[in-house]
Amino acid sequence: MSADSDTDQTILKTPLNDLHRALGGRMVPFARYDMPVQFDGIMAEHTHTRTAAGLFDVSHMGQVRLVGEGADVALERLIPSNVRELKPGKQRYSLFLNDDGGILDDLMITRREDDLLLVVNAACKDADIAHLTASMPTGVAVVPMPERALLALQGPDAVAVLDALVPGVAELTFMTSGSFDWDVADLWISRSGYTGEDGCEISVPEGRAVALAEALLADARVKPIGLGARDSLRLEAGLCLYGHDIDTTTSPVEANLQWAMQKRRREAGDFPGGARILRELAEGPSRRRVGLKPEGRAPIREGAAILDADGANVGAITSGGFGPSVGGPVAMGYVETRLAEPGTALFAEQRGKSLPLQVATLPFSPHNYKR
Amino acid sequence: MSDRKYTKDHEWIEVSGGEATIGISDYAQDQLGDVVYVDLPDVGQQVEKGAEAAVIESVKAASEVYAPASGEVTARNDALDDNPALVNESAESDGWFYRMKLSNMSDLDGLMDAEAYAAFVEALD
Repeated sequence: MSADSDTDQTILKTPLNDLHRALGGRMVPFARYDMPVQFDGIMAEHTHTRTAAGLFDVSHMGQVRLVGEGADVALERLIPSNVRELKPGKQRYSLFLNDDGGILDDLMITRREDDLLLVVNAACKDADIAHLTASMPTGVAVVPMPERALLALQGPDAVAVLDALVPGVAELTFMTSGSFDWDVADLWISRSGYTGEDGCEISVPEGRAVALAEALLADARVKPIGLGARDSLRLEAGLCLYGHDIDTTTSPVEANLQWAMQKRRREAGDFPGGARILRELAEGPSRRRVGLKPEGRAPIREGAAILDADGANVGAITSGGFGPSVGGPVAMGYVETRLAEPGTALFAEQRGKSLPLQVATLPFSPHNYKR
Repeated sequence: MSDRKYTKDHEWIEVSGGEATIGISDYAQDQLGDVVYVDLPDVGQQVEKGAEAAVIESVKAASEVYAPASGEVTARNDALDDNPALVNESAESDGWFYRMKLSNMSDLDGLMDAEAYAAFVEALD
C-alpha cells in the first residue's frame, strides 16, 4: 500500500531539484524522490527555522482535489473528522482510516469555493488516490495535481517575508488559506505547516516554483532547509510522522489524535473502525502515544523497547533523536496506558543498555501558531 | 603523523609509544553531520578488530565505529561527553575517541596511509 510494495523504483524529482543541488543540498532518496536531507547542517537549519525563516520543498507530497457535489459527505466516510461544517478557506488535519480503525495516512483538508483540497504524504499518495477513486461516488472527481509544487516557509519571520512578496498573506490566521497572485502565478497559500512554528504552505504551478523559491531565498531571513531538520522540528513539536508514529496498526485514540475527531463524528462513530474507536474513547485504549524525554545525552532511536522499572516490556520508541532547540535528546513512542502520565519513570533498551527516560508533555518545543 | 593509518570504514589509528589512538576521519565527520553524542568503550574493555567499539550519534542517525585493531582500551576521550561537537571541529585531533594497547601490531597491515586514504575518499565522491 505504500512505496514498499511499489515495484517501479524510478527516482522522481521535484521542480526544485536543480535548485537544491545548486544550493549545496545533500541529496538522498526519500519516498522515491531525490530530496535534500541537509544544506548547511541539520542543527543550523533547525535553529534558523525556529529563529527566522526556513524554506522547505514539500512538493513530493500529494496535492489532490475532490470536485463535485457531495465530496464532503463522501470524504467523511473515510475519515473521522467533520468536513461538512468546514467553511471555505478553512483547513483541518485528519486521518484516512481502515476498517480496523488503523491509520492509512494523515492529511490536510481545505475547503475551497469549488473543491476540497487534500495534501497527503508522499509515500502514501498513490494508495490514497486509489482509495479515494474507489470510494468517491459518481459525480465526485478525484483530481491529482502533479502540475503544482508545494513549498513551506516556516518560522517567526516567515509570514512577514511572504507578505512582502505577496501582500495580504499576513491577514490569514492559523489553518486558514486563500488564493493569491504573484507575478502572474496563481498561488494557494495556507497559514500552516509541520514545524510547530508560524508559517505558510504555498501551492504554486510547477513552472513558477523555482522563481518563487529564489524570490523567497533572496530575503536574508530565509534559508533552505532539508528533510533532516524537518524531522527534528516536527519531533520537537510533538507531531506524528506517518509510517513511524502512526500506521495501520495504530488507532487515532492510541495515537492521542482524538482532537482530530470532532464531536458529531465521535458521537456517531460513522467512520471506518468506528466500533473500535468508540470503545477506546469510552474505555481508554490499551496503549498511548506519549512524549519521552531521555535523561542522559544519548538519543534513543525508533525501535528501542520501552521497559518499566521491573524490566517488563511496556512499549516502543517510534521517533527519537536530538532536539536542537531542547538541547538534548527527545523521543515519542507508545506505552501501556497506565504508564502514560507525564513524569512516569521508564527505561529504554538500546545497544544492550537500559537508559532512563520520563514520559513528557508534548510538545517539547512550544507551538508558535498565529491563531 | 606519518604513521597514521586509515580504514575503509573511515577510522584513523595512530601508534605512539606502544599505545594507539583511534578516531574517525574528517571525511566521516563531514558525512555524519552534527555529532550530538558519542558512546565510547570503557577503559579496560577488550575490543576486537572489525567489531563495534563505539557508536556515534548525529542528529539524524546512529552509526557504529569499528575497531581498526584488537586490543585493550587504555583511555577514552572524556571531553566528548560534554562536547560531542569536538568530533566535527577536530575529528583527527582533539576529537579522538579512545586509546588502546594493541594485541597484535600486524592488525595494522593492509590499512591505508593518509595518501591512499585520500585517494580512496576521492573515488567515493
